[in-house]
Amino acid sequence: MINNQLTDSGRLRHFLTIEGLKRPLLTEIMDHAEQFSSVSNQHVKKVPLLRGKTIVNLFFENSTRTRTTFELAAKRLSADVINLNISTSATAKGESLLDTLHNLEAMHSDMFVVRHSQSGAAEFIAQHVAPHVSVINAGDGCHAHPTQAMLDMFTIRRHKKHFPDLSVAIVGDILHSRVARSQIQALATLGVGEIRVIAPQTLLPSNPQSLGVHVFHDIEEGLKNVDVVITLRLQNERMQGALIPSSREYFDRYGLTQGKLKLAKPDAIVMHPGPINRGVEIASNVADGPQSVILEQVTHGIAIRMAIMSMTLGARAELQENRS
Amino acid sequence: MKLRIANGRVIDPASQIDGQHDILVADGKIVAIETAGTTSSDFTADTSIDAGGLIVCPGLIDLCARLREPGQEHTATVASETLAAVKGGITSLCIPPDTDPVIDNPAVTEYIEDKGKDAALSKLFTVGALTQNLEGKLLTEMAALKAAGCVGVGNAYTPLKSSLVQQRAMEYAASMGLTIFINAFDSSLQTKGCVHQGAISTRLGLNGIPETAETIAVARDLLLIEQTNVRAHFHQISTARAVEMIAMAQQKGLPVTADITPHHLHLAEHDVGNFDSLCHVIPPLRSIRDRDGLQQGLRNGIITAISSDHQPLDEDAKMGPFDETTPGISGLETLLPLTLRLVDDDLLTLSQAIACLTFNPASILGIDSGRINVNAPADICIFNPDAHTTCNPDRLLSAGKNTPFGGWLFNNEVTHTLINGKIVFQLTTGL
Repeated sequence: MINNQLTDSGRLRHFLTIEGLKRPLLTEIMDHAEQFSSVSNQHVKKVPLLRGKTIVNLFFENSTRTRTTFELAAKRLSADVINLNISTSATAKGESLLDTLHNLEAMHSDMFVVRHSQSGAAEFIAQHVAPHVSVINAGDGCHAHPTQAMLDMFTIRRHKKHFPDLSVAIVGDILHSRVARSQIQALATLGVGEIRVIAPQTLLPSNPQSLGVHVFHDIEEGLKNVDVVITLRLQNERMQGALIPSSREYFDRYGLTQGKLKLAKPDAIVMHPGPINRGVEIASNVADGPQSVILEQVTHGIAIRMAIMSMTLGARAELQENRS
Repeated sequence: MKLRIANGRVIDPASQIDGQHDILVADGKIVAIETAGTTSSDFTADTSIDAGGLIVCPGLIDLCARLREPGQEHTATVASETLAAVKGGITSLCIPPDTDPVIDNPAVTEYIEDKGKDAALSKLFTVGALTQNLEGKLLTEMAALKAAGCVGVGNAYTPLKSSLVQQRAMEYAASMGLTIFINAFDSSLQTKGCVHQGAISTRLGLNGIPETAETIAVARDLLLIEQTNVRAHFHQISTARAVEMIAMAQQKGLPVTADITPHHLHLAEHDVGNFDSLCHVIPPLRSIRDRDGLQQGLRNGIITAISSDHQPLDEDAKMGPFDETTPGISGLETLLPLTLRLVDDDLLTLSQAIACLTFNPASILGIDSGRINVNAPADICIFNPDAHTTCNPDRLLSAGKNTPFGGWLFNNEVTHTLINGKIVFQLTTGL
C-alpha cells in the first residue's frame, strides 16, 4: 500500500510518508545527511550531485522557511530550482490540481517538492506524475511531514545516540499535527523505548493508542524522566474551534517552562519544529536555554533534505568534495 | 401480449414460494403461477422465456437512488440511470427529494413523473421534501405532495437542526398519513468530516465523523417518533449502536424501519487504504465492529431492506486529494450481486436476501409491489445464479463509474428484467 514510495529494488523513488519505510532506510538517510552536513561548512557550499536536474517547489500553502530550506538544499546539490507559489496562481482561478500538475510536467521537471493543505495530496500527486519524476512531501494537511521527522530524528541521534534507551515526549496539538504523526512513526520505526503524547483530549486524535503512544493529559506526569521533549506550535485557530479556552491557560497547563523541564532528565534536549510562539507552548528562557536544540534542527534540515533529494533522484551517496 | 416464463426457480418471499414454476403473463399482469411443465389449456403464449437454471424473483425495488435529473443532467440522467437500474434487475427506484429544484411542490413531482414516462426504463417513485427547499424551517404542502404521488417525505442530506421543526414535521406527516424518510446525522459533528473518526482518520490525518454524529440524531428522532407516532424509515444506517437503538424502538412497538447500503455491509474504514477516494462516502465506512453490527441487524430482521444509495459521479469528482473529492458510490448495478454475496457468506438465506430487495422495500414504501402473485403487475427479475462475472467499472451502464468494487468476482448475473410484462433488459442482446 505504501510501497509506491520505493522502486522494485527498494530504493527511494518518492518521499511521501515515514509509514512503510524500514529502519535501515531511515538510518541510511541520516548517514547521508551526516556527510552532507560538512558541505554547509565549506567555503564553496556546493556538490555537483544533482547538477542539471530541475526541482520545482510546489507550495499550495505558504511557507517561507520550509521552502527556503528545500531551495537551499537543492542549490547546494547544484540543481536548478523553481519556486511556485500556487495560492496566487492558476488554482485560485479554479484549475484542478491534476491540471496544474500536468502543465508543470510539460516543463520537464525532475522533482516536485509539494506542500498542500489537504491530507493525501502528495500521495495523489505521486500517483499521477510521469514515471521518472520524484515527489517529496513537504507537508500534506494533517497527514505527514516526513522530512521534518527525519531532521528531528537526526538531531536526536546526534545528541542521544541510542534510540531504544530513550523516552520521548511530544507536547501539544497532536490532532492537527502532520509533524507529530511523522515523528511518532519515525520514532517507532527506529525502536525508541517509549513515545509519550501530552495534550488535553481536545487536541488528541481519536484512538491515540493506535499510534503506539502513551497518553498524558498532565504535563508534569508526562515529562518525568524523559530524554527528549518536542513541543509543537499551538495555532490561533484552536481557540476558535472550542478546542482550548485561551493561550494563557494553555501555557499554564502545557507550556514548557524551566520548572516543568526540570522534571525531565537533567540532560534532556528540547526541540520544536518551528516557528515558535514564545509564552504559548514554550517559555523564552527554555527556547533560548542550554537544553534547546531548536536552531540546530534548522541547520540539520538542510542536510537531511539534501540526503533525501539525492537519494530519490538516484544519485550516488558518495560525496564529491569540491575544493577550491 | 401473452408471455410464459418457463422452468425457472421462482422465489417469492412474500408468498413463500420457492420452486420450479412457470409464470404466465398477459396484459402486463401476472395471470397465473403454475407448477413447471403443466400447460394451461386456455393460455397460449405468444412468446416465452426459457428460465431453466435461472432464478425468477420479483423485480428489485431500490429505496434510494439519485438519477441527477432534474438539476445535474451533465452528470447523469433519468435515461442513463434507469438503463443501469434495469440491467441490475431493478424495476422500481425511489428518488430522494434533493433534486434541483427540490421536490417540495407537486410541479416537481409531476415533472419527474412525466420524465419517467418519457425516458425512464424503470418505475420511479419520489420522496418529497419535509421542509420547503429542504431548509429545515417551513413545512411543505405534504398533502399536495402525497396527492401528486410522493410515497413519503424526507430530509435527504440536509440537517434537521431544530428539534421543534422536526417534531412538527413528524406530527404533520403523521396526520397526512405519510412515512418520513430520515437521513439521521448531527450536522455539527458531521459537516467537517470525510471518514469515520477512528484509527484510520487518526493515521491519515483526515477529519473524522464520530459515531455520535449518527447515534445522537437517531436517538433524538426515535424519541420524537415515539411522541408523534409517525411511521419512520431510517436510510443508510452505518453504526452498530444505531442498530441497537432501532431494535429497542421496534421492541417497544414503534413503527420504525431501516435500510443499509451494500458498501456498509461489505467494507469498513480500512478500505480507504491510502486515501482511495472511491471509498469516500457519506455516511462513512465505519469500523469492523460497526460492520458486524449492521450485518447482524440484517440477519436478525431489525434492518429489513438493502438499498444502493446510488450516486453517479463523473471522473473529476473522484480525482483529487481525498477531502476534496465528492462522496458517493455508483451502486445500481452491484446491488443484487453484493446482496447475494451475503448469501454466500451465510449471513442471509436466498429468500431473505431477495425479500430485502423486493417485498420489504415495497412495504416500507407502501406500494403494492415486490411480489409475484396473480393480478400483480409483471415486474420481474430473472438472473443466472451460476454465472461468472467480474465487476468492471468502465463497463457499467450508469454514467457514474465510481465504484470501489472493481475487480470483485460475482457468481450471478441478471438475464432478463421485465416491467409490466415487457422485457426492458435482456442480457444476450443488450436492449
